[in-house]
Amino acid sequence: MSTTTVKTPPPVDGAPTGTAPAGKGPRRGERSRAGALTSHGILSVASLIALFPIAWLIYLSLGPDKDDYLHPGGILGKMTFDNYTFVLQHTPFFDWLWSTLVVSLGTTVIGVLVAATTGYAVSRMRFPGYKKFMWVLLVTQMFPVAVLMVPMYEILSELQLIDNYFGLILVYCSTAVPYCAWLLKGYFDTIPFEIDEAGRVDGLSPFGTFARLILPLAKPGLAVAAFYSFITAFGEVAFASTFMLSDTKYTFAVGLQSFVSEHDAQRNLMAATAVLVAIPVSAFFYLVQKNLVTGLTAGGTKG
Amino acid sequence: MTVVVDRATGKRRGSRAPRPGPLQRVKRAYQKYWYAYAMTAPVVVVLGVLVLYPLLRGIYLTFTDATSLNSARTIGVNHIDATYEFIGLDNYADILWGPTAYDRFWSHFIWTIVWTALCVLLHYVIGLGLALLLNQKLKGRTFYRLILVLPWAVPTFVTVFGWRFMLADGGIINSMLDAVHLPSPLWLEDTFWQRTAAIMVNTWCGVPFMMVSLLGGLQSIDPVLYEAAEMDGANAWQRFRNVTLPGLQSVSSTVVLLGVIWTFNQFAIIFLLFGDTAPDAQILVTWAYYLGFGQQPRDYAQSAAYGVLLLSILIVFTSVYRRWLARNEQQLAI
Repeated sequence: MSTTTVKTPPPVDGAPTGTAPAGKGPRRGERSRAGALTSHGILSVASLIALFPIAWLIYLSLGPDKDDYLHPGGILGKMTFDNYTFVLQHTPFFDWLWSTLVVSLGTTVIGVLVAATTGYAVSRMRFPGYKKFMWVLLVTQMFPVAVLMVPMYEILSELQLIDNYFGLILVYCSTAVPYCAWLLKGYFDTIPFEIDEAGRVDGLSPFGTFARLILPLAKPGLAVAAFYSFITAFGEVAFASTFMLSDTKYTFAVGLQSFVSEHDAQRNLMAATAVLVAIPVSAFFYLVQKNLVTGLTAGGTKG
Repeated sequence: MTVVVDRATGKRRGSRAPRPGPLQRVKRAYQKYWYAYAMTAPVVVVLGVLVLYPLLRGIYLTFTDATSLNSARTIGVNHIDATYEFIGLDNYADILWGPTAYDRFWSHFIWTIVWTALCVLLHYVIGLGLALLLNQKLKGRTFYRLILVLPWAVPTFVTVFGWRFMLADGGIINSMLDAVHLPSPLWLEDTFWQRTAAIMVNTWCGVPFMMVSLLGGLQSIDPVLYEAAEMDGANAWQRFRNVTLPGLQSVSSTVVLLGVIWTFNQFAIIFLLFGDTAPDAQILVTWAYYLGFGQQPRDYAQSAAYGVLLLSILIVFTSVYRRWLARNEQQLAI
């Protein structure tokens, strides 16, 4: 769908498409050469802005000295992967990786498992209390970190769950579960209701319909919900930096900050770690990105 | 839609014989909606335990004078019980009209509103512009799209560190400004420039989501509408005004609401960009965090009170927004 080559009409000197009498001028969707050039120009500049901070981070990660970010020209002559080998060998990188994966995957699994049936129920059934329930799901989306942080901290320290992976997973579930339910509702809405009816006619209970017919069809939706909750937990900063105390239990979001303390700023190592974290996540993101938006705005685009 | 639903649940209900008895109506309702309640139960339980209980406890805390000095804590092997007391609405009164109310609450409140409005506006306008450009037949648009999504793909905490390198006093941005003889502001130290930098970074992070969502919305608009408009002699602007914008309404109202909520609550960008160094660039969320966890002694009660106030602001905003949409006969895609 992307690049059907359009025969460029003779240049109209930048005249917008609608001015020529209907049928004679360029058809809608085709552009004059100047228009196309402008589009390419704007998109190129935007792409450059989008790309630059990341490219710059990668470039800086190759400079061996911690103050190289102030003299970027100097890096060219002494590029090295030393920062990377140092980070992998002499910092708690793998501890952080482990913590991040445990916490993110734990949140994802619980979030999706708990939310799946609910998403189905709110998509298909109009029960008394339905509206209030949807409103509650929406409200939990807007909880500022500050509102649950203090009581959560109290509760978790009573339960001795501070500095504990499970405690952090519980905290993240308070946002991930309603989030997943909400996303999954949007996805279930796009599955034709006739399928449910067919299942019911064949004698399946609502649970049976859900488990045997809808769940298999909803795999992409489940994947989107899983991915969303994964990256949400992965990138969370406030709770992670307050509830995890020992530096081997830091997630990446917190560990990365520990390179810059009051006394010493190892910015080169920080850059290298950031790149090591960002590249796999971004790669994964690109694999699923086409499905991501449908998850959030499915209801919207389908009307 | 509702018809199908009723048919779906009705099947099961019809297969059972109605039972006699005074509680018949309750039972019938129970039978009819049994499945729905069973299916929503897991989330209800989780929300009750993980959200409602802490929330109620947090609300109770806002009526006390809890700090880290008088809360229950364990020092070594000694457990010290909480000694904080109930003080009623004093926290709220202190925050909203106490002697330091302006310095602590209202100045941050104003900045938070400005921050949210500017960021969402920039997200939307830039996102819509790029989506329109990407929605035309253009060589390499898939390629552009992939690159433009990049800021969304990279975890926020990584991009913020990248930006900090660039914004540092001797960083690349100031070097470039120097090179063209423009003044080089202290992005990370001066309040005005801190705020500008925060908006810049947040815009950079937030545009891709808007762009992709609006692109999805644009692609779902029936091309026939454009052809009809063109036949009627509508020019490009009129087509945009009368076909594109109405066609995007549902997506727009949803992403704007999400954008407002996310930006208002945006913690990571400001927290990671400045840490504790920028008291005046803190929005309410990061300020509440600072009160509760960034200072000694930690003021738990005030922090929780800020949290409750923030949540109330958002709930009021969302209710008004939804009512406003309903009055204009629009619906949220939620």
